[in-house]
Parts: sequence; C-alpha cells; structure tokens
Amino acid sequence: MPVKILYFAWVREKTGKAEEILDLPASVTTVAELMVWLKGRGPEYAEAFAREEVIRAAIDRRHVKSTTALSGAREIAFFPPVTGG
Amino acid sequence: MAVRVEREDFDVGAEIAQLTAGRTDIGAIVTFSGTVRGGSGTDAITAMTLEHYPGMTEAELTRVEAEAGKRWPLQASLIVHRVGTLKPGDNIVLVVTASAHRQAAFAAAEFLMDYLKTRAPFWKKELRADGQARWVAARECDREAVRRWEEVLPSRG
Repeated sequence: MPVKILYFAWVREKTGKAEEILDLPASVTTVAELMVWLKGRGPEYAEAFAREEVIRAAIDRRHVKSTTALSGAREIAFFPPVTGG
Repeated sequence: MAVRVEREDFDVGAEIAQLTAGRTDIGAIVTFSGTVRGGSGTDAITAMTLEHYPGMTEAELTRVEAEAGKRWPLQASLIVHRVGTLKPGDNIVLVVTASAHRQAAFAAAEFLMDYLKTRAPFWKKELRADGQARWVAARECDREAVRRWEEVLPSRG
C-alpha cells in the first residue's frame, strides 16, 4: 500500500526531498523498522538516518514513538526534535 | 480559542482587543511574545528561518490549547506562530490567555509555551553573520520545563 513519507529540517536536507510516495514491504511494520529500511535506499538516506535515536516521527500528523506500528498509516513524517517558540 | 500559523507580523494590542471585544467576563489577560535573539560575537545571527509541518502544526497547537482549556478556566486563548525568514528583533510567537482571575491566565500561558516548544512541529535555522547556516538544536531545559506540568497536574480531569 502506498504511503506518503515527509521529511523536515535537516532530515529533508540530507535526503534531498521533502516528500515521496513509497510502497512499503509487508516486513516493515514499525517506525523503527521503516527507518532501517529507508537507510538501505541510498547513501543520502543512510546519512539522514545515521543517528536514528535523535529522529522524531509522526503518523497521520500525531507524534509517535519508534516502536509504534505503521498499520493503516497514510502519512509518516520524520524530523529532528522541534525547536519552535 | 484560536491558533494561527502565518508569515505576517502580529500586533499584540490589536490581538488583545480582538480577543476581548464585547467581553465582560474576563478579569485577567496574560500575553507572552517571543522575539528573534540577535546573539553576539560568534553567536551573532543575521536571520532566522522557521520551517513547519503544515497541517500537523495547526493540529498540535489546537490539541495543546484544548488541553490548557481543560486544566484552567479560560475565557479565551490565542496562539500565533510565524514562519518564514525573520530578522533579529522580529516577533516569532504570541500566546494570549484570558481568564476571570490572573492565576489561571499566568499558568495557562506558561503551560502553552512549554508544550508548544516541545510538541509543535517548527524548526529554526539560523543564518550566522559569517554566512554559515545552522539548525538550532533542541534544548534539554525545554524538555524539563514541560515535564513539570506532568508532575504537578494530572493530564485529565
């Protein structure tokens, strides 16, 4: 099933794209597994996700943990810790 | 209760006037305005660009505002956050809380800012005087600030 993946701030700069539609393999079931899978897509992804532990994620515009299941997700975003205000 | 994410500047006085027009149930209005620090020496910056996640930003600010409304008796509240490129001294963020008494308005304004800083999907990039651009790193003290609300008050009820 195609899922929209979004990247923000330095994650966007490192992957070189703001968003893309990807068909995720059935074996990718959590946010953490998706990060590992993305790292295998090319050196720019490996660089962007090199420090997985600092990257935050949202599913369908809500903050989630790396252990969260992707089931039913339409939009998944990856970004650094937020710095607004 | 309202949230706005916009490029344009805001006028604090005009926002208060609009929020309180025709209201006689409000006894206390607290505002917080955040502005761009210019820094000094090697930390001096010439501009700051704010990126955000359209759609999630508004949703997250609305959730935070609703949570404040559950915790304190607020008559009105407003969150305005700017995006795009700003200069030192420019306004970035405005929080207004209105209540019958000051304690609720003060506490809710602080709560909104603490939650906004750790949850709303904004990212600041600084352009330094030497031409280098740098993403601002999240601060541990902001995460600690938000934790104390979890200890002091239950999140529901």
